[in-house]
Amino acid sequence: MIAQMGFGVLAVTFLVTLYSVFAAIYGEYSKSPALVESARRAMLLTWPLLTITAGILIYLLITNHFEVQFVYEVTSRSMPTYLKVTAWWGGQAGSLLFWSWLMSAFASIVTLRRWDRDREFLPWVIVVACVTMAFFIGMNLFFENPFAQIYQTFDGIKAYTFQPANSILYTAPDGRGLNPLLRHPGMIIHPPMLYLGFVSFVIPYAFAMAALITGRTDDRWIRITRRWTLWAWLFLSCGLVLGSRWAYDVLGWGGFWGWDPVEIAALMPWLTGTAFLHSVMIQEKRGLFKHWNLLLIILTYDLVIFGTFLTRSGVLSSVHAFAQSAIGPFFFTFIGVTLITSVALIIHRWGTLRSETEMTSLLSREALFLLNNLIFISVLIVCFWGVIYPLISELFTEQKVTVGPPFYERATGPLFAVLLFLMGIAPLSAWGNSTMKTLGRALWKPTLLAVFITVLIFFTYSRDPYALVGFFLIAFTILLTLYEYGRGILARMRGQNENFFTAFWNLTGRNRRRYGGYIVHLSIMLMAIGILGIELFQVETQGTIGIGDSLQLSGYTIKYKDVASWDNLPAGVNYTRAVVEVYDKDGRLLGNLHPRKDYYYDSQQPMTIPGQLASLKDEVYVLLIDWEPINQTGTTFKIFVNPLVNWMWLGSLLFLVGIVVAAWPDKDPELVPARVEKRLPQTSAAD
Amino acid sequence: MLKQFLRNTEYALLALLFLIGLATPVIAQRSTPTDDDVNRVAKQLYCPVCQNTPLDVCPTEACRGWREEIRTMLAQGKSDQEIKDYFVNYYGARVLNEPPNRLVTYLVPAVAILLGAIMLFRGFQLWIKPTGTGSASAESPAPPVQQDEYIARLEEELKKRK
Repeated sequence: MIAQMGFGVLAVTFLVTLYSVFAAIYGEYSKSPALVESARRAMLLTWPLLTITAGILIYLLITNHFEVQFVYEVTSRSMPTYLKVTAWWGGQAGSLLFWSWLMSAFASIVTLRRWDRDREFLPWVIVVACVTMAFFIGMNLFFENPFAQIYQTFDGIKAYTFQPANSILYTAPDGRGLNPLLRHPGMIIHPPMLYLGFVSFVIPYAFAMAALITGRTDDRWIRITRRWTLWAWLFLSCGLVLGSRWAYDVLGWGGFWGWDPVEIAALMPWLTGTAFLHSVMIQEKRGLFKHWNLLLIILTYDLVIFGTFLTRSGVLSSVHAFAQSAIGPFFFTFIGVTLITSVALIIHRWGTLRSETEMTSLLSREALFLLNNLIFISVLIVCFWGVIYPLISELFTEQKVTVGPPFYERATGPLFAVLLFLMGIAPLSAWGNSTMKTLGRALWKPTLLAVFITVLIFFTYSRDPYALVGFFLIAFTILLTLYEYGRGILARMRGQNENFFTAFWNLTGRNRRRYGGYIVHLSIMLMAIGILGIELFQVETQGTIGIGDSLQLSGYTIKYKDVASWDNLPAGVNYTRAVVEVYDKDGRLLGNLHPRKDYYYDSQQPMTIPGQLASLKDEVYVLLIDWEPINQTGTTFKIFVNPLVNWMWLGSLLFLVGIVVAAWPDKDPELVPARVEKRLPQTSAAD
Repeated sequence: MLKQFLRNTEYALLALLFLIGLATPVIAQRSTPTDDDVNRVAKQLYCPVCQNTPLDVCPTEACRGWREEIRTMLAQGKSDQEIKDYFVNYYGARVLNEPPNRLVTYLVPAVAILLGAIMLFRGFQLWIKPTGTGSASAESPAPPVQQDEYIARLEEELKKRK
C-alpha cells in the first residue's frame, strides 16, 4: 500500500515536470508572464514531491518491507539503520530517484534567485531542468521502479508495478543485503558527492541553452553560473577522490585507480568540466572562443548523463547486456537528442558568437589555455575510446576484448605530462600578449632549481627516466607556482607594510579565483607525486607463512604473529583478523597491522580490509588473502609497498581547500552589474 | 603561424604516444613458481568470468583455480607468453588486459585527436579573423585586460624593492 503511494507521488511529480516544460514554452511564446510564473512554481513543487517519494522509499527500507523488490535487493534485517538509509543509492532504481531528488533541489535553488535582470533566461532554464528531471523520473516510472513489489503468480515469483491477476504478494523472510563493498563509509559518501557534482553541472548547461535560445549570447550566462560550475567541480572532484580512497581501502588490490569503465565514466565529465572551467576565463577576459565554451558545457552535460547510466548499469560490458537492458536505448536516445539539439542551437547562433578580439600571441595565456583544452579533450578521447572499444570490437569482429590499464597509462601519460608543464607556465603568461623574453625572465630561476632537484633525485632516489621527467615537471610547476604566489606576497609586504601571513591572507582573499586556482595547481602536483610513486615504484609479494614466520619486501620485514576468527551474529558478519608486525631493515619494530577478511553471510561476499602503515615516504599495505581454519599449513598474505602514495591524499585535502577558496561566495556579486565590472577594472586591480 | 605551431605540437604528441605504445616490459622466467611468479602472469590477464577484474586480485574460487593452472604451467616450464596464449585460446581475447590488435587500439584515438585538432584550429582561424562589424565588438571594445595591469603593478613593486 505504502509502496503504491510512493509510485503514485512519483507519477504526479512526472506530470508536474511535464506541465512545467509545456507551461514555460507556451508562456514564452504567448508572452504570458503568468504562465511562466506557473511553470516556475510547478518546478518548485517537484522538490517537496520528490522528498515525499524519497521519504516513502526510506521508510520502506528501514522497516524491512521485503515485499518491495528494491528493499529486498539492497537491505537485510541485520543491517544497521543508517546503512538502510544509505541503501537508497545502493541500487540502480534508488540512485536514479536520488538523482532526480538532487536535481529538483538544485533547480529550486536556482529558481529562487533574483531574476530581475535575466527574466528572458527563466523559461528556458526551467525547460532544460524539467526535461532532465522528467527523463530521470520517467526512467524510474517506466523501467526501474523502486516501488515494484514481488508477487507470486502461476508463472513464478516476479516483481511487478501493478498487481497481476491471480497473484498474491510475496514477502521474503529476509533481504539479500547491501553488497558489503558498499557498506564502507567511503562508499556511503562517495556516490552522493559524485551525483552532486553531476547534477550541479546541469545548471550551467541550462543557462547555456537559455542563452542560445534567447540569443543573449554575451557572457552573462557564464557570469551567472561561474560559481555553480566551481561548486559542481568541487563535488565531482570530491566524489572522484573519495571513490579512489574507497577503492584503496576496500577493494584490496593495492591501488586506487584501475581504469575501470565505471571510474572512467566519472572522470570524463570531470575532464570536460575542467577544460570548461579554464576556457570560460578566456571568454570573460578576452571575449574569445564562445562556441567552444558552449560545446564544452554541452559535452559535460551529456557525459554526466552517460556517466550516471554507466555507473550503475554495467551495460557497456557487452553488446548483449546493452541490448537486454531496458534503459540502455533510452539513455542513448536522450543523450543523442540533447547533443544534436544543443549543437544545432550553436550552429543557429553561430554568427552572434563571434570572438570580440583576436588572438595575438602564441605565448599569451589564451593560447596556452587553448592548448590545455586540447589536451583535456585528447585525454577524453582516449578514455571514451577505451570505454567503447570493447563494444565496437564485439559488434564488428565478434571478438570480446578488455581495455585495461596498460592502454590508458601509455596513451594518457604523455598527455598528463604536457598538462603538468602547462600548469607551470600558463599562470606566468599574460592575457593578450607575452613574449619569450617576458616569459623567460620569470622562468629561468625556477627552471634551474627544478633541474637541480631532478639531479638530486637522480643521485638519491631513482634513475627511472619516466620518474625523472615526472619529478622534473612537478618540481618545475611547484616552483613556478610558489614563485608567482611569492611575488604577490612580497609586493604586498612592500606596498602595504604587512607581515608575511597577513600579506598571504589578504592577497588570497582579494583575488580568490586566482590564488584558489594556484592552491589547486599545487595540490595537483602533490597528487602527481603520489601517482608517480605508486605507478612506477609499487612493489608486491605474496607468500603463505605460518605463525612466527616472516616475509620480506623492499627492506621491510613483515612478521606473522597471530590470527583469530569470530562471528558477529547480530551484524551477520564473520571476521578473520591477523596480527602482523612490521620491521624496518635495521630490525626496528615500526608497528602492528591488522589485515582483515570480513565475510557477510547475507550477501555471501567477502571483503578484504588491508592493514596500512602510512608515512610520507611510502606505505606498507598488507592483505590477508587466504586463511584455512582446518588445514593449518599457513596463512597467505599479499604485501604491497606503495612509495609516496600518501602525497595523493595530502594533495586531495589541499585540493578541496583550493576550490573552496576559489568558490567561496562573495558578499553579493549580483548587485554589481556585469557591464560596470567590465568598465571598472581598477576596482579589482587596485585592491 | 599559429596553426603550424599547434599542428606541430599535435604531431609531437602523436609521436610520443606511439613511442610509449611500443615500450613493452621484458620479463624473465624461473623454474620453481612462487606466488609472485603466478601473480606476475595473472596480472597480465583478466578474469574470464567477472567483469573488469584482473586475475591476480579476483577473489572467486574459479579464479583461484585459474591461478593454480598458471602455477602448474609455470612448473612445466611454459613461458608467460605461452600461458597467455593458452588462456586466450580457451576463453577468448577478453582475458588479455589489452586488445590484441594494437594498431587499431592506439591509432583510432590518435587519428581522432589529430582530426579534432585540425578541425578545431580551422574553426578558430575563422573566428579569429577580425570581423569589424560584429555586434559584440561594435558595442564594447575589447575588454580591458586586468591581469596585465595587475602583473605590471607587481613588477613595479618588485622593482622598487630592488
